[in-house]
Amino acid sequence: MTTVANGVNVQALLDAREALKGAPEAAQFVWRASSKWQDGVHSTTRVKEFFGLGQEQEHKSEAVFDADHPEVFAAQDNGITPIEYLLIGLASCLTAGVASVAQNRGIQLRSVEAALEGKHDIRGILGVDSDVRNGFNDIKVTFTIDADASRQDIEALVAQSQKRSAVFDALTNPTDVTVEVA
Amino acid sequence: MLERGEVANSWRHERWDSFRLLTPNWQSRLPGHRYEGPDPDGYMTMAEVTAFIEGFAARSGAPVRTGADVTSVRRAGDGYQVTTGGGEFRCRSVVIASGACNVPVVPPFAGAVPGSVEQLTPFDYRGPAQLPDGGVLVVGASATGVQLAAELRRSGRPVTLSVGEHVRLPRTYRGRDVLWWMDASGVWDQRFDEIDDLTRARRLPSPQLIGTDERTTLDLNALTSMGVEPVGRLAAVRDGRALFSGGLRNVFSLADLKMERLLDTFDAWAREHGRDGEVGPPERFAPTRAPERARLQLDLRGGEIRTIVWATGFRPDYGWLDVPVVDEKGRLRHEGGVVDSPGLYALGLPVLRRRRSTFIHGIESDAREVIDHLATVTLAQRPGA
Repeated sequence: MTTVANGVNVQALLDAREALKGAPEAAQFVWRASSKWQDGVHSTTRVKEFFGLGQEQEHKSEAVFDADHPEVFAAQDNGITPIEYLLIGLASCLTAGVASVAQNRGIQLRSVEAALEGKHDIRGILGVDSDVRNGFNDIKVTFTIDADASRQDIEALVAQSQKRSAVFDALTNPTDVTVEVA
Repeated sequence: MLERGEVANSWRHERWDSFRLLTPNWQSRLPGHRYEGPDPDGYMTMAEVTAFIEGFAARSGAPVRTGADVTSVRRAGDGYQVTTGGGEFRCRSVVIASGACNVPVVPPFAGAVPGSVEQLTPFDYRGPAQLPDGGVLVVGASATGVQLAAELRRSGRPVTLSVGEHVRLPRTYRGRDVLWWMDASGVWDQRFDEIDDLTRARRLPSPQLIGTDERTTLDLNALTSMGVEPVGRLAAVRDGRALFSGGLRNVFSLADLKMERLLDTFDAWAREHGRDGEVGPPERFAPTRAPERARLQLDLRGGEIRTIVWATGFRPDYGWLDVPVVDEKGRLRHEGGVVDSPGLYALGLPVLRRRRSTFIHGIESDAREVIDHLATVTLAQRPGA
């Protein structure tokens, strides 16, 4: 197990798990993003600060994300569409899970690639047909993984990463969302 | 021995009519008492379980006081004060053997289900005849959920089954009852202090098994072949709609992978112990079939669903235990049955000392070890003992 180097500090995660068992309040995190309208359907969203372990925290540097719509939507395409950000979240969350679980199970990864497809019927957002939903109809993730493990073990990694994924949960289960005007 | 009702009370009063044990008859063994009937591979009905336990009570001469409902156990001096409907007891030591399934667990959003839908727990359920005609949503796919879903489907009702994480098992493997494998291969002998994630092992849902004369497998493929419609884990009831998780495929994968790993363990054990000759060839089972498009919501006001059966598990009830040994999740704090209060013990809880702890035949070795502690530690400390 010591020879496996996927770059995940699993011991720190296991220690955190133990420490938080007796301190649920420290486990309460708040993730934040703030966005600003630019022009048209173009907006810029910045992410830097968050709250966790009982205090304010921040990333090493601020991250800036532009979202827009493509030219086929008669927009400027200054950035990817908002719904594509969900695919980024899902891909990166599941990949992080695969790496962490592999490290914990002593499986050396050589490469982990994922192709994502979110099927989206835009008649929903355009109001063409009220029976069509606004969001994805379904999402398909296909992992290609090269690792020192059997196919069964690799499938188990992917299954476990879904089981412990924040974004997979957020996409597959309803979440209470409040939107208000300040 | 204080028994709130009659001997085998929960078997008499807290099971549905068609209920049968999951373990084959030959596994029903207690010290000096075992199944002696003509069908060792069969599964006991409730009447048979009741008779079996009554037989043991008589044979062992256990000093059972029936109708003695315990309303309070509290620390008193170097022992405990036990209050029952029939009087008070003082004792040095108490063994809690009240089980893990005293109260059906129902999720909080059950309160948001429209009043037009009838709701039942497994404690209320006796048989399909008590339900209104029409569709049933069974929530939960452990042993209880799959058994009730199958029985309700056979009664002609449309059945939707909400499936979260579950344990898939074939009824027989390589010609033997799957629980023969659990017993023979030593899986059930794994001790509580050898298990990596004991909390998870203790929370494991009961396997998708049913005891029938035909020894049929009742996994999700069997249920979908009967016409039961699987949907994801019930996540919420909002505006009269049941909302299901879109993660159904992954709970199928997790259960299929875990089952395969278990069968690999059995095969390795048979090979290493020279048992391949007495069982059939290794088998592998088709992956759980995912529906083309599982429904993500159901309108509970539309009349499609007339009844919801909450097969969402059970919890112990320690409302009578006035000793601070219950954690924030309502579970008893104990180490292999030795509870965190001098002289207080537990028996018959999931993976109390071994994986077999909650089975009828699992009590013997647990009881010996727990009682050994009671005799050598608790009673040895008694003044003048």
